[in-house]
Amino acid sequence: MRKGLNRHIGIFLLLKSVRMATLLVAICFISFLLIKNSPIDPIQAYIGADLLKVGPEQREKIAEYWGLDQPVMVQFFNWGSALLTGDLGTSMIYRRPVAEIISERFLNSFVLMITAWLLSGIIGFAMGVISAMKKDTWVDKFIKWYCYTLASTPTFWLGLLMLIVFAVWLGWFPIGLGVPAGVLAEDVTIADRINHLILPAITLSVVGVANVALHTRQKLIDVLASDYVLFARARGEYGFGLFWRHGLRNVALPAITLQFAAFSELFGGAVLAEQVFSYPGLGQATVEAGLRGDVPLLLGLVICSALFVFIGNLIADLIYYVLDPRIREGRMI
Amino acid sequence: MIVTVIAVIFLLSIVVGRFLLDEGRIATNLTIRNAPPSFDHLFGTDWLGRDMFTRTIMGLSLSMGVGLIGAIGSASIALILGMAAATMGKMVDRMISWLIDLFLSVPHLVTLILIAFTLGGGFKGIVIGIALTHWPSLARVIRAEVMQIRSAEFVQVSQKMGKSRWFIAVQHIFPHLIPQVLVGFLLLFPHAILHEAAVTFLGLGLSPHEPAIGIILSESMKYLSSGMWWLAFFPGLCLLIVVRTFDTIGENLRMLIDPTRAHD
Amino acid sequence: MSILEVEDLSISFKQYTRGLKQKHHHVITSLNVTLEAGEILAVVGASGSGKSLLAHAILGILPSNASMSGTIKYAGDELTAARQMALRGKEIALVPQSVNYLDPLMRVGAQVRTSVKQGDAALAQRKVFERYHLQSDVENMYPFQLSGGMARRTLLSTAMVSEANVIIADEPTPGLDPVVILEALHDFRELADNGCAVMLITHDIESALKIADKIAVFYAGTTVEVAPVDDFFGNGEALRHPYSKALWRALPQNDFVPIRGSQPHPSALPAGCLFEPRCEKVTLECRQARPEMRNLRNGMVRCIHAT
Ligand SMILES: Nc1ncnc2c1ncn2[C@@H]1O[C@H](COP(=O)(O)OP(=O)(O)OP(=O)(O)O)[C@@H](O)[C@H]1O
Ligand code: SF4
Ligand SMILES: [Mg+2]
Repeated sequence: MRKGLNRHIGIFLLLKSVRMATLLVAICFISFLLIKNSPIDPIQAYIGADLLKVGPEQREKIAEYWGLDQPVMVQFFNWGSALLTGDLGTSMIYRRPVAEIISERFLNSFVLMITAWLLSGIIGFAMGVISAMKKDTWVDKFIKWYCYTLASTPTFWLGLLMLIVFAVWLGWFPIGLGVPAGVLAEDVTIADRINHLILPAITLSVVGVANVALHTRQKLIDVLASDYVLFARARGEYGFGLFWRHGLRNVALPAITLQFAAFSELFGGAVLAEQVFSYPGLGQATVEAGLRGDVPLLLGLVICSALFVFIGNLIADLIYYVLDPRIREGRMI
Repeated sequence: MIVTVIAVIFLLSIVVGRFLLDEGRIATNLTIRNAPPSFDHLFGTDWLGRDMFTRTIMGLSLSMGVGLIGAIGSASIALILGMAAATMGKMVDRMISWLIDLFLSVPHLVTLILIAFTLGGGFKGIVIGIALTHWPSLARVIRAEVMQIRSAEFVQVSQKMGKSRWFIAVQHIFPHLIPQVLVGFLLLFPHAILHEAAVTFLGLGLSPHEPAIGIILSESMKYLSSGMWWLAFFPGLCLLIVVRTFDTIGENLRMLIDPTRAHD
Repeated sequence: MSILEVEDLSISFKQYTRGLKQKHHHVITSLNVTLEAGEILAVVGASGSGKSLLAHAILGILPSNASMSGTIKYAGDELTAARQMALRGKEIALVPQSVNYLDPLMRVGAQVRTSVKQGDAALAQRKVFERYHLQSDVENMYPFQLSGGMARRTLLSTAMVSEANVIIADEPTPGLDPVVILEALHDFRELADNGCAVMLITHDIESALKIADKIAVFYAGTTVEVAPVDDFFGNGEALRHPYSKALWRALPQNDFVPIRGSQPHPSALPAGCLFEPRCEKVTLECRQARPEMRNLRNGMVRCIHAT
């Protein structure tokens, strides 16, 4: 039986990967074309403020160095084949390999996102459960109102409010700057890092609960109105025990899946939060690359964010595959 | 119902208010700069002495305008692709579903940054970006709806009677789609506004010379540390209220056309 | 004294229609029925006549948008919500109507074991599975892995292991093979003979006649007749209500003549006798008021012209 399951997961993973691969290639190609057609001159972006001192010959040399003098398709294939070997090119603004910048910043963003993800998942789930159990009471109405309002709240504005209250008024946290000015990156302590993590993480979690909470609420209301909960009540089960035995299982699975499938929004939120709090993560790098025309970095980040979303979706699918007996054991018969 | 009416009035007053406001209030006036909220200046003034209330209203109506154009574009794409997926055979359906996956596999905000970058920022970039990123869910709804109508009995009968595809589309499918598209549009509109503000805030949207909400908020960041909270608080709050209002209107309309969800 | 008495029970639903308008559906109207210890009462009636809702009302598990009036008494005392909660599963057990009543994410063995209120749950579950010819690996299966018949037998098992005094079985037999039906019915009889009260809701009048003591006939949310099983014979001449007679005659093994018309919708009940639009003996009087339930020849009937 185990073997059958593994084989099915194998096939499933293979199919998923093929689909993802086609999407990823398309994303690479489209982003590449888009960026190549941008009116922003990559050479100017590279040289930055020194533009005035650069003569036409030097421009040509730079263009040649970056391969910018070749036809677009050739450039794409050069870039693509380098990509396959893990070489994402060199960032124009940081003058360092893109892969290096991304991996360094990914760690920062990952810590931020995973914290927010866990917090919002747990709190959102609990809120949804309470709301559904107390359906139509003031608690439920309040939670619903809160969630709908949060869903309409601009993340960056919430971040600004956090800054105003906790950094400016209360002075608990530094205003901006991921690393204290004047301190070398190596000397940054864990405490410093955590200090800079708290506000953006809270901002992201506060915004993130809405989706899980509303979804869990609806799902649990459906479950509580289901025939099998009715029958459980008919057999004398009630209250928390009933929820534990019949509600939780049937609600947690979709909630966890939803949370994994929400990686895309999480990343978007992180972009904004990082910008507000000057947190040195992927999001901030994306904005900077976009603003300053750092083509290799921007391309790398687009691919990285797509991979991130893919992995989230893949885990979501896998969880269903492994945990839901209807799918897991259904395949074996 | 009442909520919807109030909401509409509120939104209209922003749009109309924009034209009634005195342009002079946003002229530089250094004598009244950095003033906290007061009766004279409800939302306070900025470092150039411009009235924040006036700036906010103008910014909101601008953001709503940009959001509106983007949302209309997005709804049109959704309508075309949704209909195509439902009516033009399996191949087209698969391609469109692949396209939807494609757009869902990069975070919206990253796509928006990419498109804004490609088009060199500004109004065009943000409108096209919004139009291109918000259509997938509505396209799915429309596809499902068209599929359902097509399999309905009266359409089947019509088909057997030899009515043309065009006749069926105009007579049967469009009338049923209109409420769905309308509600879908209304629900996507607030997201369009939010995304416009976000991208502009990041500096990749409307130019800093426009009085957009995103610009106001990103400029305010410089002054927060000096305690000028009102620069960020009121404009953002107003943006929140506008977005929430559109969302409420959309949800209420959805309940009207879909009463089974009503008692929830 | 009857163990369960339902008096003047009415249930209605608030339903929302287009544009947020509300509408009341009277799905059960002044229903009376009693259940005696040691007896099997079969409840028959058309689909949608309110049989399942009666069962749910007795257990206190009506949906939240339902409103209920009337009284239900258990062992002489009124069955309040608190008492219902205390008695559910212990003294009153339900065999639900469909397979959807099993938790899709829980192994069926575990679901049966929760019904065991005293003694060794695992042992009781194994014994009852054996009795209903469910193999030992069935207890580790999920509901979606069961065939229709296996699921029915699982549902039956939950009630059998509960050792309740009152068993309400909502159509427990469809989909089962004849041997198992016989066994199940035999079990109900045995339970009744040991002092239980059984309410057997069924479409299968034929089987019901074999084991039941009394039959209650439902129509449009009310009991139109309660008759001893012996009255169901021949052309139904011993039956009291025109609907019971028509129902009896509509059976394939009898005349097989369908009753004309159809049951009124709960939102549009006739003002007088609920059967009036379809009744062959209708008179002006029938249209004026709802007939009361009255005793007649060792049974009960809700028809002013019944003899
Ligand atoms: N939750 C509900 N909301 C509204 N109406 C309901 C609800 N549950 C049941 N009804 C209505 O109550 C009436 C009686 O339903 P019930 O399930 O008791 O019928 P039944 O006699 O058990 O039928 P069947 O033989 O098909 O099981 C039906 O008209 C049904 O539409
Ligand atoms: S009361 Fe009248 S209408 Fe009703 S069943 Fe009896 S005879 Fe028929
Ligand atoms: Mg029923």
